[in-house]
Amino acid sequence: MAVTEAPPEPAQKGFLASSRLAGFILYGAGAKPGEPRIPFYRHTIFVRIAHWLNAGILLVMLMSGLQIFNAHPALYWGPQSNFTHPLLSLFAMQNNAGQVVSGVTQIGPWHFDTTGVLGASRLDGFMVARGFPAWATLPGPQWLAMGRVWHFFFAWLFVINGVLFAIYAFARGHIRDLAPNAHDLRNLPHEIVEHLKLQFPKGDAAKRYNALQKLAYFTVIFVLGPLVVLTGLTMSPTMDAAFPFLPWLFDGRQSARTIHFICAFSFVGFFVVHILMVVLSGTWNNLRSMITGRYEIERDGGAHA
Amino acid sequence: MPDRRNLLRGAAAAAGALTLSACKPVSQTQWVQNVLYTAEGLTRRAQRLFVGRHALAREYSKADIAPVFRANGTINPPTDDYQQHVKEGFAYWEVKVDGLVEHPLTLTLADLRKLPSRTQITRHDCVEGWSCIGEWTGVPLRTVLAMAKPKTNARYCVFHCADPMSDTDNDGVADDDFYYESLDLLEATHPQTLLAYDLNGKPLPVPYGAPVRLRAERQLGYKMAKYVERLELLESFAHIGGGKGGYWEDQGYNWYAGI
Ligand code: HEM
Repeated sequence: MAVTEAPPEPAQKGFLASSRLAGFILYGAGAKPGEPRIPFYRHTIFVRIAHWLNAGILLVMLMSGLQIFNAHPALYWGPQSNFTHPLLSLFAMQNNAGQVVSGVTQIGPWHFDTTGVLGASRLDGFMVARGFPAWATLPGPQWLAMGRVWHFFFAWLFVINGVLFAIYAFARGHIRDLAPNAHDLRNLPHEIVEHLKLQFPKGDAAKRYNALQKLAYFTVIFVLGPLVVLTGLTMSPTMDAAFPFLPWLFDGRQSARTIHFICAFSFVGFFVVHILMVVLSGTWNNLRSMITGRYEIERDGGAHA
Repeated sequence: MPDRRNLLRGAAAAAGALTLSACKPVSQTQWVQNVLYTAEGLTRRAQRLFVGRHALAREYSKADIAPVFRANGTINPPTDDYQQHVKEGFAYWEVKVDGLVEHPLTLTLADLRKLPSRTQITRHDCVEGWSCIGEWTGVPLRTVLAMAKPKTNARYCVFHCADPMSDTDNDGVADDDFYYESLDLLEATHPQTLLAYDLNGKPLPVPYGAPVRLRAERQLGYKMAKYVERLELLESFAHIGGGKGGYWEDQGYNWYAGI
């Protein structure tokens, strides 16, 4: 490829194009300001709507779930609760006057002081015993009945949205964009290194999901999604009566609850990495592609075109 | 298709409302609540569609019985009346069956114990999230209902209990808001639905609802009324208590407690 300095295009992008920060916000780490870019239609309207619905629904599910969790902030393994040996518990310590003084997170044999966040946190100015703090739960104050009502309404939306997406993905071949193939898996080590160097695919390669993206999206959509639904249903005594394989599959209702909890935080973990990657690979370019569908890719210099 | 339309409307509205303001006021908004509560009917119908009328809850083995079964809610009704029954060993406890029945009944504890019994080791799931396994013995409710012969317009069985739920002025004298619950006849006539009088082979201790409590194994714990004194068959529970079919339902919990 010819190594000619491409002149910046001040007429086109003005001040923004020459600012490094703007370049980062538009196209992410390593983006060259002023580089000519090719627009590309990335996400169909269906995918965009499903994506944003899902984002909102998941937020409600998580926060109402944490409200539910707070009614008995402890997790167990097996069919029932072994109250003296929870796998995890969030509890408060009180002084002699009965005031809550600290919050403790117990995981297996370990205890951590998590005052202010887990076990004990402030509500209307007072330190109170509660698993997750008010800012993380829906509703904010302790209100199990309403937390359940939110959770079970949005559970329907979550499932309907998910099923429609799955049908779409299979019917329109979108599943091929998402499912990792053998080539992707072979490429995985190389891609991990590239990602760590913040080198993102360019040109035609940027039109497709790379192996890491596929693996992440596929796992979240087709493994984590069904798992959170199935473990959620396993906590229903009526479902267990009709489908005994459910509690069998998860080794009991309390284990299902624990796995459900782990799933919820796996979504949170995915979210954190997802946002990080969006920012690093160009906040605005990504955001726009999920709003209008338009994504701009850098030319690969034609080297492997 | 009101359910689906409400679902969509609710989703849009709730998502908007959520981003606009703090969550507590949203949860207290009447129309938001109205929309969100529609999911209960959907869940009930969906579960009833997929779950056989008489699909049985799993029964466990003796080895699975919890060493300590958690007692929750009322653990010792404070009324003089009840305490008198405790002193008398519940010898004069009676369970009445009335309302929309051909043959109103009054059964003593001894009468109940004479009826054919069922023993089952089942998992109790509390709405709070925990579970305990215990062995329950009692009379299948459907046996009692068969004796009373519900009239054709009876749809619900309401359970009236001896435990008052509050003492607003804190004077040690309880208010008269006694616990109550209700099941529809489908759940009430399920083979594992019992008027239970024994826990783990011994007469039901006071914290667990002595001398008679309900077991409805496909439902959450709050459905399983303790200290049961009266069964009332009704076409609708709108005129009982707060009108929502149970003490906790009146506080906002779903009447359908299959999940
Ligand atoms: C169809 C989908 C779902 C169903 C049927 C469902 C059902 C349930 C049920 C029955 C509980 C109560 C557990 C208890 O008694 O303590 C619960 C709790 C909870 N849910 Fe869900 N859920 C679903 C989806 C989700 C999603 C998508 C998330 C998070 C992103 C989530 C997060 C939680 C959390 C954090 C709890 C607290 C207790 C626990 O961890 O198990 N749920 N869910």
